[in-house]
Amino acid sequence: MTALVIAEHDNLSLKPSTLNTVTAAMQLSSDVHILVVGSNAQAVAQAAAKISGVGKVIHADAPQYADQLVENIAAQILVLAPQYSHILAPSTAGGKNVLPRVAALLDVSQISDITRVISQDTFERPIYAGNAIATVQSTDAIKVITVRTTGFDAASAQDGNAAIEVIAAVSDQGKSVFKGRELTKSDRPELTAAKIIVSGGRGLGSAEKYHEVMEPLADKMGAALGASRAAVDAGYVPNDYQVGQTGKIVAPTLYVAIGISGAIQHLAGMKDSKVIVAINKDPEAPIFSVADYGLAADLFEAVPELIKELG
Amino acid sequence: MKILVAVKRVIDYNVKVRVKADQTGVETANVKMSMNPFDEIAVEEAVRLKEAGIATEVIAVSVGVAQCQETLRTAMAIGADRGILIETNEEIQPLAVAKILKALIDKEQPVLVILGKQAIDDDSNQTGQMLAALANMSQATFASKVVIADGHAQVTREVDGGLETIEVTLPAVITSDLRLNEPRYVTLPNIMKAKKKTLDTIKPEDLGVDISPRIKTLKVEEPPKRSAGVMVADVKALVDKLKNEAKVI
Repeated sequence: MTALVIAEHDNLSLKPSTLNTVTAAMQLSSDVHILVVGSNAQAVAQAAAKISGVGKVIHADAPQYADQLVENIAAQILVLAPQYSHILAPSTAGGKNVLPRVAALLDVSQISDITRVISQDTFERPIYAGNAIATVQSTDAIKVITVRTTGFDAASAQDGNAAIEVIAAVSDQGKSVFKGRELTKSDRPELTAAKIIVSGGRGLGSAEKYHEVMEPLADKMGAALGASRAAVDAGYVPNDYQVGQTGKIVAPTLYVAIGISGAIQHLAGMKDSKVIVAINKDPEAPIFSVADYGLAADLFEAVPELIKELG
Repeated sequence: MKILVAVKRVIDYNVKVRVKADQTGVETANVKMSMNPFDEIAVEEAVRLKEAGIATEVIAVSVGVAQCQETLRTAMAIGADRGILIETNEEIQPLAVAKILKALIDKEQPVLVILGKQAIDDDSNQTGQMLAALANMSQATFASKVVIADGHAQVTREVDGGLETIEVTLPAVITSDLRLNEPRYVTLPNIMKAKKKTLDTIKPEDLGVDISPRIKTLKVEEPPKRSAGVMVADVKALVDKLKNEAKVI
């Protein structure tokens, strides 16, 4: 019974979502290995080896792994898969893309987005955008699992000293070619890893107002910037700002919702935050039903005042 | 070029789902059902490719109970040319759907298969990826832009932190994200026209695939409720609460 965690990384650094996934894996097996598939990703393998409790890091390195093309990554995972009882990846764009392929080729089902481990084969996962929680039991020999990172604490990334085993890479599957990437540049913390998130909605009225009002607040609080789907659809900010069932699922220590009404799909993405603050001029807005602290006020007055009060 | 589009019948996205008292699932009796919104985007994209002269035929497929015919009629009202229902009353999980679609691909030989990235009921986000793997087709998930040219599809994908563009060799499986397009409203004349289009019904056993569920649902519960918070009078009071009560700043 050994569990394999697929590391999430950009060839330079290990993404924090891997640490939450390791915690889930540890609840399934005392023997956890990490697989790093990348190109010139030695730093990632070394970081993975330092995760507390990890037994071994397996590193496959080749140019065809540089851009995480899914056919190649899946082929590499499949080489190792039969040796494991559980294969886990974070429920990120990368994990969601690759793991169902692995499951299908092993002829097993995938258990998506688990939020809790009940036993070796039984898990909790949200369905209907988090409006219901299902307890599901897998009957397959190998459990292929994506992990909702907000459901598990991060494993310590410092105390470990696992050996790194380098394995041969699988040849390029030749199905796809990487063309380019447009990543949103930001000096702020990453949404899914931030301790504080300030999120703006349709109430801001325009892209200009979003930047004018939200950015100084985020700077003052050292927060990541988020947005509701309505704000993203209205073009205030790029899609990767979106918090919600179809965007990012977040659970920071403090979530500040500004001018967000609180549609079900938005609530599904942030309701596990430790403390929720809502500022909205409509006292009947559904966001107040999940907020620990609600302030019914005009955000254009309240936010600048909040920045001032925070000193 | 033939395009196959898979559509799922789900509880309408505007309905507030209720968990059944016996914890066996959610209430579906007398609840409005609709096409999964991501699948609607998939159908729209396929129909646009046909209108642009790139595709020659759009086939809509659904797996499930007899009422999925309505979902297929909606797909045909958007512009799909014909429909295929794989009719069953059994619980069908993503792996089984992928196997059924694989069998249909062998029969229909589409060059492109488009599916929604996930269904809003079980939120699995698996079927497209599984199908690409089983059918040995190229895979491009979470698409926000698709350009077909010279035996390839250039697909812009929504990933964490932004967008990436890949070029996949056809045949390919593409799954649609929210921003791929905005589906048209179906008009009454098109609904009438859709009624005359061909809709074939077949059984899973006719395709000879194993559709047995691999995951057992033991129970379905309401999510834990957040305890109601307090309304504060002004910004000063809010900052005071955050500093001294919640101690988060």
